[in-house]
Amino acid sequence: MALMLVKFDLKKRVKLAQTVWFMYWFAVMAGVLVFSMGLFFKIELRKRSELMDNNESHILPNLLIFMGLIACGINAFGGKVCYDSLDPTKFVKWKPMLKTFLVFCVVFNALLIVTALMCFVMKIPLQFTLSEGLKNGMRYYKDTDTPGRCYMKRTLDLMQMEFRCCGNDHYRDWFEIQWVSNRYLDFSAKEVKDRLGSNVDGQYLMDGVPFSCCNPSSPRPCIQMQMTNNSAHYSYDHYTEELNVWKRGCREALLSYYGGMMNTIGALVFLITLLEVAVTVGLQYVDTSLSTLANPEDPESESEGWILEKTVKETFTDIMAKMKATGKGGKVEEGGEEGVATVS
Amino acid sequence: MPFMPVKFNLQKRVKLAQGLWMLYWLSVIVGIVIFSLGIFFKIELRKRSELMDNNESHLVPNLLILVGALACAINAFGGKVCHDSLDPMKFTKWKPMLKPYLLTCCSFNVLLLLTALLCFLMQFAVYLTLAEGLKNGIKFYKDTDTPGRCFMKRTLDMTQIEFRCCGNNNYRDWFEVQWISNRYLDMSNDEVKDRVFSNVEGKFLMDSVPFSCCNPGSPRPCIQHHLTNNSAHYDYDHRTEELNIWTHGCREALFSYYSSMMNSMGALIIITILLELEVLSLERTQEKFFSFKSRSSQQHSSSKLTSELKHTTLIA
Repeated sequence: MALMLVKFDLKKRVKLAQTVWFMYWFAVMAGVLVFSMGLFFKIELRKRSELMDNNESHILPNLLIFMGLIACGINAFGGKVCYDSLDPTKFVKWKPMLKTFLVFCVVFNALLIVTALMCFVMKIPLQFTLSEGLKNGMRYYKDTDTPGRCYMKRTLDLMQMEFRCCGNDHYRDWFEIQWVSNRYLDFSAKEVKDRLGSNVDGQYLMDGVPFSCCNPSSPRPCIQMQMTNNSAHYSYDHYTEELNVWKRGCREALLSYYGGMMNTIGALVFLITLLEVAVTVGLQYVDTSLSTLANPEDPESESEGWILEKTVKETFTDIMAKMKATGKGGKVEEGGEEGVATVS
Repeated sequence: MPFMPVKFNLQKRVKLAQGLWMLYWLSVIVGIVIFSLGIFFKIELRKRSELMDNNESHLVPNLLILVGALACAINAFGGKVCHDSLDPMKFTKWKPMLKPYLLTCCSFNVLLLLTALLCFLMQFAVYLTLAEGLKNGIKFYKDTDTPGRCFMKRTLDMTQIEFRCCGNNNYRDWFEVQWISNRYLDMSNDEVKDRVFSNVEGKFLMDSVPFSCCNPGSPRPCIQHHLTNNSAHYDYDHRTEELNIWTHGCREALFSYYSSMMNSMGALIIITILLELEVLSLERTQEKFFSFKSRSSQQHSSSKLTSELKHTTLIA
């Protein structure tokens, strides 16, 4: 008993082939979409790779680019086959390849599902990479004269302004590191010497943040220095002041940005997987309906189409039996020869 | 002697009609592009209308929107007529409208020329509006509690960050206005009192700029206060320091942004005029051919009628 058997006449077959051809062209565009999403994600990761210690994993965008290209190829080929299926003479040359092509499509669809799942799962390693990279970024903020880190300040400032965030978890992260280079500190000044002596590591720490933490919506000019000292500024209470600097931490901001991007890409890849499954099923119907013509010479005769020739269980046992047969092929031949020798 | 006469046979006529139809559809797309550019320009003007005293002229974007919509309509109609011209029965209903349509096209081209001229000339008006608006913007920076001006600070900060500029002409414009509100000044403090009394108008002036003037590309943390006082900062010379804050003025930055936008729109309109003239000349050729064809077919039918009449008379 075949799985989901459908009877076809010529008109139905033509309609099926046309619909599947149309769907294949949508699928080609979907493949282009997956490719461009992978490319966009790769560019976004590269843009901020400095903030991720240059060791972010590019496996997901590379996979998306690869799958996009394969999808374009497979779907273009499938569309060509569908287009030729309306002409029996042309379809004959494609017929032997179809079974292998369909198996390949099924494997490809499984890979697409894996890609969609990975889009959601890869957020976790990204979170760790971001938190580590941002912590180092802030440490290297002052090293504008060290080769390899001279643009860290600019990158961090631009990122804080663009994503409206300050520090790793919040603005107080800036109080714990020295973000002013020693080149710009007057070591003969008493105040500087006091600050340096006040902590174990000999770092110049202060309760101030860089200018990129400032919130333009604040009604008063930005207070970035002596932030915890209420008496240093007129009518200022750092406990109640909310609009002065950005409150959000940059790790949270970047993670929500990349997380949103990966969620969208994952959802789109999942929808494209459904489309691919549909076109694979459609092509299987086209193939079976053209192979089971009641009268092979007459193109207008009736035929049947199905997804699987036997039920799912029977197909599975068939595949297992075939695999066992290919494995035991050698042993069966030896046993036969011995039997023949005994008989004679 | 007709202007640029061309001989036609059937094949050439069909090719002309097809080519003209393609040109018409290209013109429709160009009309859509002009329409969307007009909307884009209008949105960009509105976004920064606060910095232009809310009295910037919306003449150019409104005209672009109108011209774009008209271009779409006129060219779509022309394309329909062209499509029907290959079928004599359908074409007869359009025939009487052709002459007024060609006149409309001519006047539309004049309108396009006017729009292109305005795109180039109105830049002067934008420049003057920007200069006035930015001066007032800097003056009202501190008035975050005055209704109608409470977002001026935010707008100006975001503009300076986005366009990488500081002040009207340069950063020294900030030295001449009080950009800190009196609400945040401790009037009992001696230093504040000294500064307020040091000038005629009683303003709290200082040689400082807002944080949005800071350049992220500077190797040292931003120096925004006591900019002209070298001794206030270690290893600092305000005459040689270049990367600390943005050196360009916002009027120059904003004007170059808007003028490049208007220049490209003017160039696009000129290309549209050339396209429309080409379409017009081809349409005129097609119209002339059809009127020649109908005259010759009329002569042919009248001679046929005369010969038939003679024939019947003979029989009778």
